[in-house]
Amino acid sequence: MTKAFGKLAAVEARLFLREPAAVFFVIVLPVGLLLALGGTIPGFRDADPSLGGQRFVDAPFTGMMILLSIVTLALSALPSALVLYRERGVLRRMSTTPVRPGSLLSAQLLVNVAVSVVATALTLIVGHLAFGVPLPKAPWAFAMVFVLGSVAMLALGLLLAAVAPNSRVVQGAGAALMFPLLFLAGMWLPRPLMPEVLLRISDFTPTGAFGQGLVDALGGHAPQPLHLAVLAGWALAAGLAAARLFRWQ
Amino acid sequence: MAIITVDHLRKTYGTRVAVEDVSFSVEEGEVFGIVGRNGAGKTTTVECVAGLRTPTSGTVTVDADLKEQVGVQLQECSLPDKIRVGEALALYASFYSRPADWRALAEEAGLDLRAPFAKLSGGQRQRLSVALALVGSPRVAILDELTTGLDPRARRETWDLVARIRDRGVTVLLVTHFMEEVERLCDRVAVISRGRVRAVDTPAGLVARAGGEQRLVFHTGEPVDGLRALPEVTSVVVTADGDDAEVTVTGTTDLLSAVTAVLPPARMRDLRMERTTLDDAFLVLTGQEES
Repeated sequence: MTKAFGKLAAVEARLFLREPAAVFFVIVLPVGLLLALGGTIPGFRDADPSLGGQRFVDAPFTGMMILLSIVTLALSALPSALVLYRERGVLRRMSTTPVRPGSLLSAQLLVNVAVSVVATALTLIVGHLAFGVPLPKAPWAFAMVFVLGSVAMLALGLLLAAVAPNSRVVQGAGAALMFPLLFLAGMWLPRPLMPEVLLRISDFTPTGAFGQGLVDALGGHAPQPLHLAVLAGWALAAGLAAARLFRWQ
Repeated sequence: MAIITVDHLRKTYGTRVAVEDVSFSVEEGEVFGIVGRNGAGKTTTVECVAGLRTPTSGTVTVDADLKEQVGVQLQECSLPDKIRVGEALALYASFYSRPADWRALAEEAGLDLRAPFAKLSGGQRQRLSVALALVGSPRVAILDELTTGLDPRARRETWDLVARIRDRGVTVLLVTHFMEEVERLCDRVAVISRGRVRAVDTPAGLVARAGGEQRLVFHTGEPVDGLRALPEVTSVVVTADGDDAEVTVTGTTDLLSAVTAVLPPARMRDLRMERTTLDDAFLVLTGQEES
């Protein structure tokens, strides 16, 4: 059984790497944006008093690129793959073998977690080497935010896969969710510049809490308890709903 | 000893009755066909046997471990586009405690291990699907509509593969609506129509039930009255006369040898033999009004 799980995870990993779009949006784009914008936009690399003296390319921008990678993975790559498996009868076919289709789900999640770890590490290392972005100053806080946030986002992806009737819908819905969620996280309008109302809304979204938590931990601050609670809440709610609603066929 | 026993199986979805009342048993080592038109309840029946659906009432007994020893090829089941033949086979082989040699299976099915699923033809996909059903060295293989949509050549290649499975002693439960497939592969057949079994018999037995008549039609200048006395002959009809009479002799099995013993083939012209086919038998047994 463990041999089967190892095989499943290995095949899922290879299939992920064979999807150029997934690799591009999850790994190449965030790292590329960090390099391109960090290297060209004047002011990104100047110390900013309104950011407590750190540069925009440090925690604020690097944090957003890590968020972008995980959100794309969780709301696009993961649900698309799972809905396709259901659509093609792969999960149903697997239920006639000694291995339960739940193993395929676990293998997918494992691969997604591994990919998000790699994408995050790559973003941190590239930022560090290219622009001297400091590595997380509060590593344990960073790890906690990373785990909670990733679990919350992947649970949302599972919920999306559970309720979407087919791959066309899951792709559309994934994109439709991703843009407002990234906006609320401060991808285009950084949170410190948001009006009060927007900021309060952002605090309670999974991406807003995740993004701010990453930025805080990267910059050496303790993440706000509110944000950790929001992430745990989303993880629990989306995870339970996905488990209830997921259809194997 | 029956390896599969289906006893008064009934399956409904809400108010729709998919299977009304189906009973049959499959002996170890035979190729057992389930034939019927689309919507007759064939797939629901075998999916109940495979454990994918729970019967509404009635029982299904399979004398084998459902997961380990029953290999299944489902209708409308495919794989991710980018998975390679070898990866899929190795993966499914890892699911079982005593897997078959998947490389040998691929070779037998004529599949290139490096080919991605998306690049496979319809026939290759079906053969991969059969190979995946066999990769756990099952005692029973359930194959659902495995040649639907294939061209004649691909169909023949798939049949050859099934024949080789049978030769290994694997019991095969085969769902089909092709009579030619039944004739080539099946030892026995259950004919299902509107959720009920209409007959369970060998293909030849089904033909016999539907009349099983043979007809010889030929032209001759010889007298044919003597044929009427033969025990195998039920009627002789002569149309036209003189040197070029067309004669139709109707009778039972062995009609040809009985007739040619009296009237040498050299004296006949344009000899042809017509017989009840399995197609005819199927139409008679299921009633033609359904089509």
